[in-house]
Amino acid sequence: MSQNNISQNNMSQNKQTKQRKAVALISGGLDSLLAARVMIEQGIHVEGINFFTGFCVEGHTHAIRKKDKAKPKRNNALWSAEQLGIKLHIIDVIEDYKDVVINPKHGYGANLNPCLDCKCFMVSKAMEWLKENDFDFIITGEVVGQRPMSQRKDTMPVVARESGANDLLVRPLCAKNLPATYPEKQGWIDREKMHGFNGRSRKPQFKLASEFGFSDYAQPAGGCCFLTDKSYSVKLADLWQAQGERKYEFDDIMLLKMGRHLRPRPHFKIIVGREEGENNFMEGYKNQFTSMYTLSHTGPFVLIDGKTNEDDIKLAAQLTARFSHGRDASSVKVMVRQADKKEFTLDVTPIPSDDIPKEWYI
Amino acid sequence: MSHHTLDARRLLCPMPVIKTQNFVATLAQGDTVDVICTDPGAKNDIPAWCRINGHEIIGMADKDNDIVITVRVDNQNN
Ligand code: SF4
Repeated sequence: MSQNNISQNNMSQNKQTKQRKAVALISGGLDSLLAARVMIEQGIHVEGINFFTGFCVEGHTHAIRKKDKAKPKRNNALWSAEQLGIKLHIIDVIEDYKDVVINPKHGYGANLNPCLDCKCFMVSKAMEWLKENDFDFIITGEVVGQRPMSQRKDTMPVVARESGANDLLVRPLCAKNLPATYPEKQGWIDREKMHGFNGRSRKPQFKLASEFGFSDYAQPAGGCCFLTDKSYSVKLADLWQAQGERKYEFDDIMLLKMGRHLRPRPHFKIIVGREEGENNFMEGYKNQFTSMYTLSHTGPFVLIDGKTNEDDIKLAAQLTARFSHGRDASSVKVMVRQADKKEFTLDVTPIPSDDIPKEWYI
Repeated sequence: MSHHTLDARRLLCPMPVIKTQNFVATLAQGDTVDVICTDPGAKNDIPAWCRINGHEIIGMADKDNDIVITVRVDNQNN
């Protein structure tokens, strides 16, 4: 009997007739696409689930930067679902995910990526969804030995156990290397028609993709989220250090994805828009932060994050001037706007680039 | 059948899709909704979401700085 207490309505009598339903975690990458497809081949009704944590690489900054707008952008999870001909449920888990990032029981990977906790979290969320929607089991595209932190032989049972999915978690790409799951034991799915992939090689996946006729699938270089990105993680760690505690709001993590970040003083940092798309997007935050831009010359839109005094504002204005087209002028006029909408101008000398210590750049 | 408006401005994908998905779940067969967005990614993502889930896109227009995507709800297969 499954370790999960789910009503299975006379399963054994019905197993020939009842249409079994599985929810597949769809990241937008190749492995989850293949895993779902392997189960569809076996006659399982599959629907996809995709979790939006706020750190996902999908969409976002690609849409902000103007130079990227020419390239048509697609959401790979939606694309995968369309290729598979299945429904996709995109779930906002921004709030619940905070605890995963802030307090990962199993620690971080190379950067601030809590991959093992993240996997446990996502499978546990899929388990909640399964119960609410009366589905039978969960599918992931995990492969034993594929990733150093979250997809090792010894961590596969951790995900199954800590998520509460236990033997209702099926990994069709490496099922033959793992103990039989409940759906296999019940004969809902055929173990022999699943796979025994393992290790870091991607060749078996590419071969299977071509057998299924999939091409043009997404192949993210790093992981599926910004937390695997070194420079992003450094900015997040800086935010925690400056706040004196590990916490974040959705707007914080959005702003970490854009602009140049400089921290000239421990109590404030500036975010300098790098191009028009970012400038426009950052302007949307002008009622939450003090902001500035140059009046006498064209230049970036700048947000000031932190509590500032008069000297700090002057320094921020000199930096703003430095990043404007007035960088070599003797005086640049800067408009300063406080979050309470009070505005004033400052005439400043741009700070010479040699006077900007490297450590200010986050 | 009723017509609705959903404000998804200043949200970046996939948030406009999530908002649309959650709002459409509360609507009846044949209802229509104007989803107002600013992220151009929504022009791809909302139609893709509609194709997957059987809903229909009946309009897409740029209005000033906004994009208005009109969806007709088809819940019959849900
Ligand atoms: S890369 Fe990011 S989304 Fe993917 S498992 Fe790791 S923490 Fe989770």
